[in-house]
Amino acid sequence: MARYLLLRLADAIPTIWLVLTLVFIAMRILPGDPALAALGDMAQPQELAAFREKMGLNVPLWQQYLQFLFGVVTLNLGQSYMNGQSVMQLIAYNLPYTIELTVVAMIMGFGAGIPLGVMAATHRNKLPDSGMRLFSLIGYAIPDFYLGALLLITFALNLKWFPINGAGEGFADRLHHVFLPALTLAFVKAAFIGRLTRASLLEVFGKDYVRTARAKGAREPRVIYRHGLRNALLPLTTGMGLSLLATLSGSVAIELVFNRPGIGRLLINAITERDYAVIQGGVIVFAMVVVLVNLLMDLVYIVVDPRIRVS
Amino acid sequence: MSTMDEEIRLDAPQELAAAPSKLMVVRETLLQRPATIFATIAVVVFILVAVFAPVLAPYDPLTQSVLNINKSPSPEHWLGTDQFGRDVLSRMIYGSRNSLLFGLISPVLAAFIGTTLGVVAGYFGGVVDRVISRLIDLLLAFPELLLAIMIAAALGGGFWNIIAVITIAFTPGFARVARASTLAVKQESYVEAGVAVGLNTPLLIFRHIVPNIAAPIVVLMTLWVASAIRLEASLSFLGIGTQPPNPSWGNIIRDGLNNLFGSPWPIVAAGLAITCVVLAFNVFGDALRDVLDPETRQ
Repeated sequence: MARYLLLRLADAIPTIWLVLTLVFIAMRILPGDPALAALGDMAQPQELAAFREKMGLNVPLWQQYLQFLFGVVTLNLGQSYMNGQSVMQLIAYNLPYTIELTVVAMIMGFGAGIPLGVMAATHRNKLPDSGMRLFSLIGYAIPDFYLGALLLITFALNLKWFPINGAGEGFADRLHHVFLPALTLAFVKAAFIGRLTRASLLEVFGKDYVRTARAKGAREPRVIYRHGLRNALLPLTTGMGLSLLATLSGSVAIELVFNRPGIGRLLINAITERDYAVIQGGVIVFAMVVVLVNLLMDLVYIVVDPRIRVS
Repeated sequence: MSTMDEEIRLDAPQELAAAPSKLMVVRETLLQRPATIFATIAVVVFILVAVFAPVLAPYDPLTQSVLNINKSPSPEHWLGTDQFGRDVLSRMIYGSRNSLLFGLISPVLAAFIGTTLGVVAGYFGGVVDRVISRLIDLLLAFPELLLAIMIAAALGGGFWNIIAVITIAFTPGFARVARASTLAVKQESYVEAGVAVGLNTPLLIFRHIVPNIAAPIVVLMTLWVASAIRLEASLSFLGIGTQPPNPSWGNIIRDGLNNLFGSPWPIVAAGLAITCVVLAFNVFGDALRDVLDPETRQ
């Protein structure tokens, strides 16, 4: 197992390098001059030259590439073109808000999705099952930013139960602020997790050991939770990784809808301001999270399913 | 697929077994279930609205009017007006054109590029396969929306950029399916026979491999029309898709959020339109899959 772990970790390094290289290429083939974009059309030639010098844009491309890689390794992502703030500081300030939103949304989504899936599977082709099917159809079709806007208009603007924007201070206030955005993301998640749980449970219910459990007189809740759900959890761990990343991509729009601080809003604002240093930083953060989540999921498999450890 | 007719015959009702023409199967599958009928109607209406937008729209979607700001729905403006006094219904109708364009073009382009990559990787194997597969695996690790946001961050908005963004986001999925199918088809005896009689490689690929992996690709393409429409809406909402003042369902919602205290109607209408069209294409795509690729039917 230790050997597999090491192999998997070693495998992640070239992936990270490849991602970083792609980011670098993408950021350098950009149309337009970043110096001109930052300083505006009225900038004087000496101002432009000074800016390029300051941002390290005047050296050959391969030197820029090495500097870029070195910067990432030493956690130095440069400064914002707009206000000179350190990109790393901007990320450090915004990342916790995105993590908070994602984690709360995941808890709510799984908390609702698993029971819904169990209900649909145990009442197959009856009302709860059809309800679940309709819910997942809508959950797949409705854009999360639209759902977020509807919740915002109804519960924050009209009923005034929740704050309209921001992230709040202190535990209770932050929870109050994160509730609606997280609920939005959790809705889509619950549909996905519910469908996955249902399919996975139905498959397990057909297995011999479930029939044996029933035959020896185990009560239905025990059959469902002890024999059914526990074995149905493995596909759910796959779903967990996918759904964590889906929540992360959804958080970009949701942070905008609820005007919350976060990496997504940081990135989108940077795009509108053409602040390339911050764009690059935001893209790197998202890319690294994706690589890490995939790595983590592989490791979770080993823990959950002993069969993988052997092979 | 050579076995497809048999497959359909097996799945089709008995009275069809005598002459299961493709058209009849299509009709049966599309018209049997009420949900599919509604979805088909919705898809047709959506396409008609997009095509005949200039005829249907009561106003110009870009004309602003200071006197008509934030009006609620009325007989003159069915969906009211926005913060610039533009008619929301007209913007919605014109916005459908963007959805349709991106919804159709990107999956087709992605299917073309992805299939090419997948077939090349699967057919030639070796280093080529390893490089392409590595890249596909890497890109597949990213959710499409996140990948699109990251690429759009570098490219910026505008028509061709959005096409490029959505296409790149979808390409790896097609490449994976095409590669796997090619690997399977390559083992078939008719391909081996082709090699044995000395057919040249392009002929072998285009005559014998591509037609035999087409079904799953086409199915994937129809299912991704819905995803492409949703992706365009998301990008436009984020301000990195269709650029204002050009209307798109996504940026109508964006404008609506900037005008929360004005009128909620643009948000409600545009979001409902996206939801319904995506839902319709999903149901429609599922039905089409049952026709084209009966093996995957549950």
